[in-house]
Amino acid sequence: MPEKNKTKMRELDPIERIGCFEEVALGYSREEALKEAARCLQCKNQPCVDGCPVGINIPGFIKALREERYKDSTVILKGDNNLPAVCGRVCPQEKQCEARCILGRVPGGDAVAIGRLERYVADLEIPIESVVKPPVHKKVAVIGAGPAGLTVAADLAKEGVSVTVFEAFHTAGGVLVYGIPEFRLPKEIVSNEVQFVKEMGVEFKFNEIVGRTVPFEELLSDYDAVFIGIGAGAPRFMGIPGTNLNNIFSASEFLTRVNLMKAYLFPKYDTPVKIKDRVAVIGAGNVTMDAARTAKRLGAKDVHIVYRRSEEEMPARLEEYHHAMEEGIKLHCLTLPVEYLGDSNNNVIAMKCVKMILGEPDSSGRRRPVQLENSEFTMEVDMVIEAIGQTPNAVLKAGFPSVQLNKWGSIQADEETGRTNFPNVFAGGDIVTGAATVIEAMGAGKRSAKAILEYLAGA
Amino acid sequence: MYKVISTEAIAPDTFDIWLEHPDIDKRAKPGQFLILRLDEFSERIPLTIVSTAEGRVRVIIKAIGKSTYKLCAVKPGDTIADIVGPLGNPSEIDRFGTVCVIGGGVGIAPLFPIARALKEAGNRVVGILGAAKKELLIMKDEFLPYLDELYITTDDGSEGIKGNVTVALQEVLKKEKVEFIWAIGPMVMMKFVSLMAAENDILCWVSLNPIMVDGTGMCGACRAEVGEEVKFACVHGPEFDGRKVKWDELIKRQYQYREEEKQAMEDYVKEMGGKNA
Ligand SMILES: Cc1cc2nc3c(=O)[nH]c(=O)nc-3n(C[C@H](O)[C@H](O)[C@H](O)COP(=O)(O)OP(=O)(O)OC[C@H]3O[C@@H](n4cnc5c(N)ncnc54)[C@H](O)[C@@H]3O)c2cc1C
Ligand SMILES: Cc1cc2nc3c(=O)[nH]c(=O)nc-3n(C[C@H](O)[C@H](O)[C@H](O)COP(=O)(O)OP(=O)(O)OC[C@H]3O[C@@H](n4cnc5c(N)ncnc54)[C@H](O)[C@@H]3O)c2cc1C
Ligand code: SF4
Ligand code: FES
Repeated sequence: MPEKNKTKMRELDPIERIGCFEEVALGYSREEALKEAARCLQCKNQPCVDGCPVGINIPGFIKALREERYKDSTVILKGDNNLPAVCGRVCPQEKQCEARCILGRVPGGDAVAIGRLERYVADLEIPIESVVKPPVHKKVAVIGAGPAGLTVAADLAKEGVSVTVFEAFHTAGGVLVYGIPEFRLPKEIVSNEVQFVKEMGVEFKFNEIVGRTVPFEELLSDYDAVFIGIGAGAPRFMGIPGTNLNNIFSASEFLTRVNLMKAYLFPKYDTPVKIKDRVAVIGAGNVTMDAARTAKRLGAKDVHIVYRRSEEEMPARLEEYHHAMEEGIKLHCLTLPVEYLGDSNNNVIAMKCVKMILGEPDSSGRRRPVQLENSEFTMEVDMVIEAIGQTPNAVLKAGFPSVQLNKWGSIQADEETGRTNFPNVFAGGDIVTGAATVIEAMGAGKRSAKAILEYLAGA
Repeated sequence: MYKVISTEAIAPDTFDIWLEHPDIDKRAKPGQFLILRLDEFSERIPLTIVSTAEGRVRVIIKAIGKSTYKLCAVKPGDTIADIVGPLGNPSEIDRFGTVCVIGGGVGIAPLFPIARALKEAGNRVVGILGAAKKELLIMKDEFLPYLDELYITTDDGSEGIKGNVTVALQEVLKKEKVEFIWAIGPMVMMKFVSLMAAENDILCWVSLNPIMVDGTGMCGACRAEVGEEVKFACVHGPEFDGRKVKWDELIKRQYQYREEEKQAMEDYVKEMGGKNA
């Protein structure tokens, strides 16, 4: 993805950054932002807006920005997106707004750097008055303080609804705090955004696992409506022989230790994290890139990403993949581990793998990898991180027994409204779609908030 | 924030601590645990709920590393940043007939609510409490009202039978028919009790205490192979049929962070000026 006309964003040098957890992408200066904003053609039909899952008025905020009306730009941006500083950093823009930008569709052209501009405006941190309407005397419980839950909470609070958020962990943000690392999304940005939600009068109850420490039924009777935004947090393992050997971790464990529990600052922080010399990270999504780059920063000599399909099918955000490669991480495509081998202390010492080739497209539209015969080989590794996806949390079935699930074990909810089989229960985000993106979770939150308001008005 | 109500040293390096908590007493059942985070820098520490009273919860802690030493040093009036619980599935308590409850070391504490519930459900409860030596044997008097018979074992013979809990279990099994066994203690102890239970064809519940992080099924750190399936102890357990647990693998997993734990403890001792170890 060589960028020709797009204004480059300054980045920490790869050698410097693999020794620390500082943010890699440094953001635009005012000059750079104005230069990039000037490239926008202000298209009448606004193709970029159609590419944005929450329909941000992109030409609008860019226009205000280039006319140096920063506050107006902020108001436009925040009108559609409660977490612009987050989205500017983590959205897969190349698949969304920027994929539709007219400038990127002409041969050899680059789309306007919409994400970087969004980040620039958000990072100005211009305070805007959040107009909170007078109380409507309705109570809503939001379960989970990830992007979906936070969005529902903010949108309802604005309308005068009294909102209580129940969160399992000791802090708000969901994947934004326990999954995505500091070098990509500084935690201070998340806490600023959460502070914004708190200031709207939303109450947070931390350390509460609904379905375990608080019965779901209790919320049903105590609140006028309930929103479930509990994400897809349970790690999947490939389940190949040797999975329980030592030094084999789920990406969730590895990243939770590092991000939520700050193990990268061990022993100042008490929670430890393992790091070895030759680390294999299985998968090729955002989670894989994050785990691999984190392992590198913790001091692993060699980090290998092992992926069963080819570079083209890789689901990770493009920029993160490039960053990973710049940081010296090695990619092994069309490779599938089939067994872990351990020593007498049960520490993993190698991985038996096979080579794959791509066959016919499968249900996801991507070509299905099939095993190449007699291609078995062994890769020496002393630590493995599996990042092959997450499933709905294990407490879901037991904790929310009457909520209808779909065939993937996620909550069955209407796409437009988030409505479930209960009239007063709504759901959205990863718990409905399976692991997806921050902006899609927010979009679902927005739609649910609207539907909840309609429900409350009629109830 | 949760206040520390009282702390008491009940054996060397072992503390009995009551904490304030608004509603855990309304929900906690025998066999469940909580996770506590002392302060901003602290680990999430899983601890079994020993008992509750209105607005408070009791834990018994054996100091073995940095986190537990830090925790054992709290004083009444101090605050704990976070407590989440009850977690895990409650023990399956019913009227079974004769049951044998076996506790080893600090594992005696988590056994207490189960023994009491089994007695209150109308079982004949035979207890075996084991420790390395007499001074380390905790909660004996508290157990007495809920046991029909009590065996004590110590490794050095300073009280009761000399040897480990399986010696006493053998005696019990010679004397009477036992329907169920509950065993909580060091993994090695649970392993040998489970083996004996398997030989005698008795279901043996054990409470697994692998390394945990979140305690809510979101990381897989606590995974163990039970009956050829991978289970997460925090959400599928913590109690499992000990006869089906793949013990040797689990015991090795328990030592995964040994080097880091040692470093944390050494630094902590230095920080405390050499005291505490
Ligand atoms: C490592 C990693 C990197 C990623 N990178 C990107 C990226 O670059 N770009 C992007 O767009 N997306 C990325 N994603 C995906 C994105 O983060 C998720 O799609 C998004 O966070 C989903 O939001 P959510 O609100 O549905 O759930 P979550 O963010 O998962 O939040 C759910 C919250 O609910 C809480 N909870 C769970 N169960 C309960 C319960 N029973 N009671 C109370 N609370 C509960 C959880 O603790 C959590 O805080 C990444 C994901 C991971 C894991
Ligand atoms: C469900 C459950 C219930 C428990 N109940 C009690 C109890 O009632 N009383 C009590 O004294 N202890 C209990 N424990 C054990 C207690 O949590 C550990 O002793 C403590 O976390 C060790 O931390 P440390 O820093 O002091 O020791 P470290 O030096 O870190 O470790 C010492 C040993 O403790 C184990 N351990 C380390 N970290 C963890 C962790 N995060 N989770 C579990 N085990 C760990 C490891 O085997 C390690 O080798 C329980 C554990 C579990 C999982
Ligand atoms: S498509 Fe590109 S050029 Fe057109 S309005 Fe959107 S950002 Fe501007
Ligand atoms: S402790 Fe994380 S899944 Fe059990």
